[in-house]
Amino acid sequence: MDTLFAPPGLRWQAVSPRLRDLRRTLLAIWLGLGGLAGILVAGIMVSWWLAGLVLVAVAALFCWGWWLIGRNWQSWGYAERADDLLVTHGVLFKTLVVVPYGRMQYVDVTAGPLERKFGIAKVQLHTATPATDAEIPGLPPEEAERLRDRLAALGEARAAGL
Amino acid sequence: MSVPAVNDENGSADPTQPVPTVESSGETLRRLHPATPILNGWKYFALAIAVVGQDSLRELDFVLFGVQLGVALVLGLVLGLFSWWFTKYRIEGRGETAELRIESGFLFRRSRRIRIDRLQAVDIVRPVLARLLGLAELRLEVAGGGKTEAPLAYLSERDAHRLRAELLARAAGLAADTPEAPERQLVSVTPGMLLAATILGAPFLTAALGFVVVASVSVVLGEIVGVAFLVPWALGGLGVVWRQFVSEFGFTVSESPDGLRIRKGMLDTWAQTVPPGRVQGVEIEQQLFWRPKQWVKLSVDVAGYAAKDGDQVRTSSTLLPVAPWPVARALLQRVLPDVDVDSVVRTRAPRSARWLRPIGWRYLRHGADDRVFVTDAGWLTRRTAVVPHAKMQSVRIKQGPLQRRLGLANVHVDTPAGPVNAVAVHRSSDEARQIAEEQAERSRRARQLAGPERWMSQPPRRPPQADGPQPAGN
Repeated sequence: MDTLFAPPGLRWQAVSPRLRDLRRTLLAIWLGLGGLAGILVAGIMVSWWLAGLVLVAVAALFCWGWWLIGRNWQSWGYAERADDLLVTHGVLFKTLVVVPYGRMQYVDVTAGPLERKFGIAKVQLHTATPATDAEIPGLPPEEAERLRDRLAALGEARAAGL
Repeated sequence: MSVPAVNDENGSADPTQPVPTVESSGETLRRLHPATPILNGWKYFALAIAVVGQDSLRELDFVLFGVQLGVALVLGLVLGLFSWWFTKYRIEGRGETAELRIESGFLFRRSRRIRIDRLQAVDIVRPVLARLLGLAELRLEVAGGGKTEAPLAYLSERDAHRLRAELLARAAGLAADTPEAPERQLVSVTPGMLLAATILGAPFLTAALGFVVVASVSVVLGEIVGVAFLVPWALGGLGVVWRQFVSEFGFTVSESPDGLRIRKGMLDTWAQTVPPGRVQGVEIEQQLFWRPKQWVKLSVDVAGYAAKDGDQVRTSSTLLPVAPWPVARALLQRVLPDVDVDSVVRTRAPRSARWLRPIGWRYLRHGADDRVFVTDAGWLTRRTAVVPHAKMQSVRIKQGPLQRRLGLANVHVDTPAGPVNAVAVHRSSDEARQIAEEQAERSRRARQLAGPERWMSQPPRRPPQADGPQPAGN
């Protein structure tokens, strides 16, 4: 592990594995639908051996996507320190953002229908600049709420003018 | 410089107040100037000509065209009248809770309240037509939102100035009837210098160079085809110079207890007021051909100016279109007190950065002292970004796959959207994390010492001069 993206303490707080499951399910659904259409078109319009080729390609794509999602999920991490929140993510393009609590303008907790089904929510911190992309997807709802309340309380306590 | 202040913000309104303020002049909401529908109706009129007029003009049906114009004019006036009737404003509350309330819209009503102590800048804009009628638009800039949040168009010039004085006094934490603060001119840009700087600047020079190339090619080939390109090209190049010259003509920067006053414009005039402590960062830009004369341009990040669209951001963010460095440096010290950019020790990017920026890597530098974070970049046009620690919003480390191979990473010091882009590009990855951590710590300390949001409400606390050892730079 390089020190550049090392956790401030012992380890990063991980996000819920259900985020990975959700993304893999979505991958399966889209690739399944697309692949089925591709196989049928290839099979009916051209020949069934081409359909077999498409099937292999889709399967390969699925495995690759499965692996990518796993890697990306592992890369997510956050840590709460006394004065700031750290969020890191990314495999190829890595990012680490340090947001002081006092700079926080508002916190969003969002959960779409699928995310609710999987029991996860996204927490997003906003500062006065759109460049600060401090979002943590895939938190269990209790954790998301706890984090939101804590961030709001700390933000108020350490609030600074713009 | 002292302000004749009546430090009595908590009411007990003296009934013998000599100066009528917007609030005390009656509890009713005030309307904009009655000439507003004529000025706004004009826009509907022009739009109507552009949209419907084309068809009838193409068929040379002048009667129809005339009827359409008449209908558009009446409709425009009626719409303008409606919108004027339903737009009202008032200042409500006192002290810290004072708000500017603006009601507008007749189909979709909107009632907006803006906390006055949150204002980031107040501009008085006077487009040519409004100037002829003695009117002005007052813009109250607050952080956030997609555009100017509270444009009051149009007020009479007297009302605009009075309202601005009152807004600034309240935002500063003074009594509402404090007269407009006196100001002292710091810098003014002569038209000759402005013109020279525009012509020597990159946008015009690239246009001119392209023109010469295309012109000589078409002369050599003896083709007439080039002319079709050349005429619009030349017009475009001149347009750049003209626009910049007209919009920044007569540029002056003055200082008053209310903050910086920026005035500019030949046809449309602007008077911007940026209160103390609202500048989030400064960019110093030096074009290639400005170097012999040491000319620089200063731009600032102010939270309210950021989110507007393209051209306008650039014009409202300009603190100084061009000036020799010693002049600009003196102004910079007014904007960011106790900051001396030249004395901040900077370190260069490591040699391995040359694989990603073969020439430019030599000019990538960053540094910090106890007040500001500074980055340099660019080998033709040099840009220096200066961000006070107290204004930093967040720090980010970013690393792409190529950078990882070379052991490099970028460190972004974020400010509200605007021209300032403080990125320490291609630092060694061992160093990058340390820069970010130190920056987070420095900004934490700086925030604790920051002055009050309402800049007159208490004597600005002078932060103790660097305790302990002087920063030796990095």
